Amino acid sequence: MTQNPYLWLVPILPLAGAAINGCFGRRSSKTAITAIALIFSGAAFALALFLAAGFSSASAPYYYDLAHWLRAGALQVDFSFYLDQLSLVMLLVVTGVGFLIHIYSIGYMWDDDGFYRFMAYLNLFMFFMLTLVLAKNYLVMFIGWEGVGLASYLLIGFWFTKDSAASAGKKAFIVNRIGDFGFLIALFLMIKHFNSLDFNAVFAAVQQMPMGAASVGTLTAIGLLLMVGAAGKSAQIPLYVWLPDAMEGPTPVSALIHAATMVTAGVYMVARSSAIFERAPMAMTVVAIIGTLTALFAATIGMAQTDIKKVLAYSTVSQLGYMFMACGVGAFSAGVFHLMTHAFFKGLLFLAAGSVIHGIGGEQDMRKMGGLRKYMPVTFWTMSIATFTIAGFPPLAAFFSKDEILWKAYSSPNGSWIYWLIGVITAFLTSFYMFRLWFLTFFGDYRGGDTKEAEHHSASAHAHSDDSHSGTHGHGHEPHESPWVMLGPLVVLAILSVGGGWVGIGDRFEHFLAPVFQSGAVAEMAHETGAETSGGGTEMTLTIISVAAALLGLLLAGFLYVRRPQLPARIAASLGGLYGLVSHKYYIDELYSALFVKPLVDGSTTILWHGVDQGIIDAAVNESATAARDASDDVRHMQSGNLRSYAGWIAAGGAVVIAYMVWMGVTH
Amino acid sequence: MIPLSAYLILSGFLFVCGVLGFLIKRNIITIFMSIELMLNGVNLSFVAFAAQWHALSGQVFVFFVMVVAAAEAAVGLAIIIAVYRTRETLNVDQVNLLKL
Amino acid sequence: MLHLILFSIFGAVCVAGAVNLLVQSHPINSALSLIVVMASLAVEYLLLGAEFVAAVQVIVYAGAIMVLFLITIMLLNAGAEERTKGSRVATLLGVPGVVIGGVLVAWTLLHRSDLPMVSIGALKGDPSSIARLLFHDFLLPFEVTSVLILIAIMGAVVLVSRPEVIARGSRKDEQ
Repeated sequence: MTQNPYLWLVPILPLAGAAINGCFGRRSSKTAITAIALIFSGAAFALALFLAAGFSSASAPYYYDLAHWLRAGALQVDFSFYLDQLSLVMLLVVTGVGFLIHIYSIGYMWDDDGFYRFMAYLNLFMFFMLTLVLAKNYLVMFIGWEGVGLASYLLIGFWFTKDSAASAGKKAFIVNRIGDFGFLIALFLMIKHFNSLDFNAVFAAVQQMPMGAASVGTLTAIGLLLMVGAAGKSAQIPLYVWLPDAMEGPTPVSALIHAATMVTAGVYMVARSSAIFERAPMAMTVVAIIGTLTALFAATIGMAQTDIKKVLAYSTVSQLGYMFMACGVGAFSAGVFHLMTHAFFKGLLFLAAGSVIHGIGGEQDMRKMGGLRKYMPVTFWTMSIATFTIAGFPPLAAFFSKDEILWKAYSSPNGSWIYWLIGVITAFLTSFYMFRLWFLTFFGDYRGGDTKEAEHHSASAHAHSDDSHSGTHGHGHEPHESPWVMLGPLVVLAILSVGGGWVGIGDRFEHFLAPVFQSGAVAEMAHETGAETSGGGTEMTLTIISVAAALLGLLLAGFLYVRRPQLPARIAASLGGLYGLVSHKYYIDELYSALFVKPLVDGSTTILWHGVDQGIIDAAVNESATAARDASDDVRHMQSGNLRSYAGWIAAGGAVVIAYMVWMGVTH
Repeated sequence: MIPLSAYLILSGFLFVCGVLGFLIKRNIITIFMSIELMLNGVNLSFVAFAAQWHALSGQVFVFFVMVVAAAEAAVGLAIIIAVYRTRETLNVDQVNLLKL
Repeated sequence: MLHLILFSIFGAVCVAGAVNLLVQSHPINSALSLIVVMASLAVEYLLLGAEFVAAVQVIVYAGAIMVLFLITIMLLNAGAEERTKGSRVATLLGVPGVVIGGVLVAWTLLHRSDLPMVSIGALKGDPSSIARLLFHDFLLPFEVTSVLILIAIMGAVVLVSRPEVIARGSRKDEQ
């Protein structure tokens, strides 16, 4: 381990930008705000590149202890930062994609009154995310963990005057907190058993734990609780419900936080804790099952959504499920690989969707889009690249990462063909709904009509949200392309989506990350060499099957939405109840509301508010005041103004004193 | 030769009568006179104790008590006259503006 | 023997005068009873040998202070007391309290103390010895009391004067 004094600068730079913009942004010009935001986030990106350039696997991992934090008995936790191969990948993704989205946001949010606030919050988010990624111990990671939850809340509810946005922010934060609770219990267990939260210390202690039921039980508990935290942060079953609602936030927020970076924090954490999971097979199986089920579940919901951002939200949940599936079968590097490519293509998808929304004046319903490829060529081409990527067509990025996951799900010692089968079905569904989105948005005739319809959507969730930037475009406009400040990042991300997967060719990525996942790598290597020789043919077959699934999805979507556009409606009508169930997201939100939310709210109102707050606390205060008042009301009669009663009191008191003195004299 | 305690009991009796007068009587001047009665009782016990201890300063103290009683009577009666001018009454029960 | 007789007679007169002060309803009767008490107290002082104090008692107390009281009663035309609502506290708490206190003191004096017997004229307090004490050991209190009397005079004058008297006084000055 070598020291690197630049490590702590990477998170601090965006924090400085957030502080400056937050404190002075209100009175500054938009140019100044932009400059500050870009300088600091750009500096963080530049520093990340510098660190990457100087990174050598021989001297890795790097660390830096910034300051002492706490000493409690044997536990010692410091503000320490850490850079190894895994952190480096995350660092580059976060700073790079983050910087691109900063640039995009300048164009998207220019006309908003809260422009300075938005840029400050974005910088703040970068700070927390970088703290999470560069942490050397679980507690500093938890700072970042909580902080990105906070930033998410602030940014989802950015247009806080809108009820639905404020509620969505609240929902995200609260559901996140449930996950954080699990995370915290896991940390407490670690402290109890390993007396440390430092990554290296914990993982070393895990390796040295004796083989036996007790240690496996402890590690399983820790692993499951960590998974609860990851499920909250990365929107897996059962804590995914906040992510679709989070689309209330501006589209750059959805791109950065809910596609590229924050939601991947859970995957990063599970990958980082690979040593724990490797020794707790049941926990790993649970992770894999949750990931797989979530992938399939979300994909089915995504098929029936009509809001373009909601489709992408469920797609994110589904792809995150893939990453957890990979981690669950022990292919941590494959999960991280998919994390990286997902950041590229999902970020691109969201930004392009934002460009579309921006160009047609705030409309988000796909049924009102169509034929937009004539009006927005650059957006069209970049979004097409992203759509083909997510479907898994070679030689684009996600083909490599997704195929790696599917292969490992099939062949890994913890995997099974069931994971693989569900993964392929999900790939088919993914391809289907993404191409459905593609066709509905860019092909056919423009169904947007005149802007009167768009403005009549005052009751709907989106018209108000993106109206802020339709101001400059006036009314009665037809769809148009976005400015280059927004298109630039799209192009960059498109290039990355195309070439981002080539680093994975020939297992180079896996070997790069191997030192991090050392404990399992040995077992993996043994199996790898064995499986590759005999599985080379199997791998090729499985690859062909998944590509065929993607192609099938494309064809089906094309058939249903371009050739026979009336067909989908008729199919939906004939499926009746089933379609209704899916399009209402399986009524999960309603279920949670009835099961958890309503009893809690009712209980709080009755017991805590009326009972404790009003009945006990308020009553105690009021009663003590009343008691004081009543007591003094009784005592005030002594002040009667009557001379003789005063004399009477004095005489009585004097008699008491005399009696006391006599008694003292008598008894002594 | 009589026991000193006789003088002291007499003095105590005078003092108790003074206090009772203070508590019972309604006329403010009568109350003042009860105060004088109390002071007289105390004077008697001063002289008695001076005789017991053969200390003449006891009698000097009586002298001072009388001086103070005189000053107090002067001022007190002036106050009574001032109050009578405004309240038109000498009944102490009716001068209770300080009641809460 | 003589001592006992004289003490008893004048002690009885004292007691009677004190009780009469309580019993009478007209303040003038109470004032006269008080004079009687003071006079008999002077005799008691004499029995104890305090000649100067007895003389001062008659001259100052009975002769000046009580006269002041009588003049005030006459000035204010104080009549017999009317019955008004008394104070419950005074009658219920104070009276028993003070009576009990007095009884306790008396009991202590009678049963528990070892006080000596005094003879007639026990401590001769003639003017020269009193003066010696007064102007040597107690000079400061003596002077302070003279200041006290001055203050009392000023206070009495201010308290009693009417506003128009002062105004008339100042207008007279202008003329």
